[in-house]
Amino acid sequence: MNGLTLRGVRVEYGGCAVVSSVDETLSAGEWLCLIGPNGAGKSSLLRALAGIVDFSGSVQLDGSEICGLSARELARQVAFVPQDPVLPDDMSVTDYVMLGRNPYISTFGRESAHDRDVVAGLITELSLAVYARRMLGTLSGGERQRVVIARALAQEAPVLLLDEPTSALDLGHQQHALELVDRLRRAKNLIVVSAMHDLTLAGLYSDRLLLLHQGVGVARGSAREVLRSETLAEFYGVSARVIHEQDGTVVVVPQRSHGEI
Amino acid sequence: MATPSMFATPRGGRVTWWLLGGLAVVLAAVVGLSLGPAGPTWWRVPLVLLDRLPLLSIDSGVTDAQWNIVWQIRAPRVALAALVGAMLSLAGASYQGVFRNPLVDPYLLGVAAGAGLGATIAFAVNRDATATWPINPVPIAAFIGGVVAVALTYTVGTAFGRSRSATTLVLAGVAVTSLATAVQTFVLQRNNDVVRQVYSWILGRLTSATWGDVRLVLPYIAVSAVTLLLYRRVIDVLRVGDDEARALGVNVSQVRIIVVLAATLGTSAAVAVSGLIGFVGIIVPHAVRLLMGSSNRIVLPLSMFAGAAFLIAADIPGRILTSPSETPIGVVTAFFGAPFFLFLLRVREARQ
Repeated sequence: MNGLTLRGVRVEYGGCAVVSSVDETLSAGEWLCLIGPNGAGKSSLLRALAGIVDFSGSVQLDGSEICGLSARELARQVAFVPQDPVLPDDMSVTDYVMLGRNPYISTFGRESAHDRDVVAGLITELSLAVYARRMLGTLSGGERQRVVIARALAQEAPVLLLDEPTSALDLGHQQHALELVDRLRRAKNLIVVSAMHDLTLAGLYSDRLLLLHQGVGVARGSAREVLRSETLAEFYGVSARVIHEQDGTVVVVPQRSHGEI
Repeated sequence: MATPSMFATPRGGRVTWWLLGGLAVVLAAVVGLSLGPAGPTWWRVPLVLLDRLPLLSIDSGVTDAQWNIVWQIRAPRVALAALVGAMLSLAGASYQGVFRNPLVDPYLLGVAAGAGLGATIAFAVNRDATATWPINPVPIAAFIGGVVAVALTYTVGTAFGRSRSATTLVLAGVAVTSLATAVQTFVLQRNNDVVRQVYSWILGRLTSATWGDVRLVLPYIAVSAVTLLLYRRVIDVLRVGDDEARALGVNVSQVRIIVVLAATLGTSAAVAVSGLIGFVGIIVPHAVRLLMGSSNRIVLPLSMFAGAAFLIAADIPGRILTSPSETPIGVVTAFFGAPFFLFLLRVREARQ
C-alpha cells in the first residue's frame, strides 16, 4: 500500500475528458515520466494530482485517498513545479522559497525557526546561498528553475510533480536540473512524476515512461519498450530514428524528409 | 543552521516599521489639530496636547473655548480622516493583493456606486419623511447600498464564472457599477432639487465630522482592518497566482471572499461617513510599494499608517486655503492623486 496509486483517474474540462482512466502505481524513490504530444493530457494529470483541477477516480498516497484532503494537507503530501511558474520580480529568493513552507504555517501565524532552518538548508543544498537576498527578477533561467525546485522541496512532500522542468533551459542547464532532481529523489526517497517533451532526456532520467494520447495511457514501460519508431510515428506523427546506445541509453532523433513529405 | 543574513527582513525590522508608521500618524494628527480657521495660535496646540497628557502640566495659554474648538471640531475630523484614510488604503492594498492587479481600488466591486445610490435615495426621500428622524439616514443608506452592491457583484460573479476566476468577478463589478449608476441618475432626474447635495456628497467631505461619526464607523473599520492584517501573509502567497497558491495549500476562493468581504465592510463604513474620497486606495499602497517593495506583509500595515497620515494631511489645505468656504477633500486627493497616478504608470512602463 506504500507509494502513489492512481486508479481510473479522469479529468474533464466542461464535460470533455482530457484525461481518462489512467492507472499507475509508483513506489517511493521512483520517477515516472509522462510523455505524449501536445494536448495529450500530461499537464492536466499533473494539475489534478496537485489539487488545482478536480478529478474523478482514485488517487491514494500510502493507502489514503488524497481527494478528501484540504489544500493545506495536500500541499504537505504533493509539491508541484508548474511549467511557467509565476516569479514576482521584486520578491527575494529566500521569501520565495519560504512560500513552500506555507502548508506548515498557520493562516495567521508567521514562519518558525524550524521553517527558516528548512529554507536555509535547501538554499545551501541547491547552491543558491549567493542569490539568497537577490530579487527573482534578476535571476537567469537556470537559477530560476533551481529556486522553483527549492520552493517545491520546502514543502517536504513525498511526491514531487514537475511540468516540463527543462522547457526553458539550454542543454547544459537541462542536464543540471535533471541531475539535481535525480539526486534529490534518491537522497529524499521522493516519488517524482514529470511531464517532458524531450524523449531522450525523459528516457535517460526516469525509471518508467507513460505515453499519453488523447488522455489515455497507450504505452508504458522502460525507454526501450516505449520509445520505438512505430509508436512515435503513430502517436506523435513524427518520423524519427531511435538509436540504442551500448550503455542502454535510447536516443530519439527526428528524421529530415528533404522536402519529400 | 539558518544564516540570519539570508532573511531580508529580520523581526526587529518589522517592529521598527510599525513604530515609524504610528509616529507618522501621530505627527500628522498634531499638525492637523494645530491648523485651521479660528481656535488658538497654531504653536500653542502641541503644548495644550502635552498639558492634557497624564503627569504633565504645561501652561499653554489656551482658553477652554479654544480647547473646545480643538477637541470638538478639529479632533473628530482628524480622527475620522485617520480612520477613513487608513481603511481606504488598507482595503485598496488588500484588493490589489487578492486580484493581483495593482490598478484596482477599493471601489472596484461596486461599493462606490452602491453607496452613491443609497445616499441619493436617502437624500431624495429625506426632505419630508425622515426630517424628524433622530439619526441621519444618509450614512446608513450609503453603507447598505455599498454592501448590497458588492454582495450582488459576488453572487453574479461566482454564479456565472468559476469561483476561481477573478476576472469574472471584476467584470461583474463593472456591470453592477453601471446598473447602480443608471438607477442613481434616474432617481436624480426625478429629484432635481437634491442634485447639489448628492454632488457634494460624491466629492467626499469630512466637514461635519463629529465624535458620533467616529463611534459609528470605528467598530466596522476595526473588524475589517484586523481581519485584513491577519490575512496579510496569505495574501502575499497569492502573488504567485491562484493555481500555484492552491498547490501551496491556500484555499484561494475562501481567502478571496473573506478579504473582499472584510475590505467591503470597512470601505462601506468609510464611504458612509465621508463620501467618495478618490485615489487614496490606489496612490497610498503604490507609494508604499515604490519605497518598500511589494511584499504584502509590509505593504498592508504600512499602507494603513501612510493612508491615515495622508488623509489627515490632505484635509488641511481644504480647510485653510479657501477659508471660510471648504474645498472638498475628494478634490484635494484627486488633485494630487491623478498626476501621481500618471507618474506611477510611467514608472511602471519604464521598468517593463
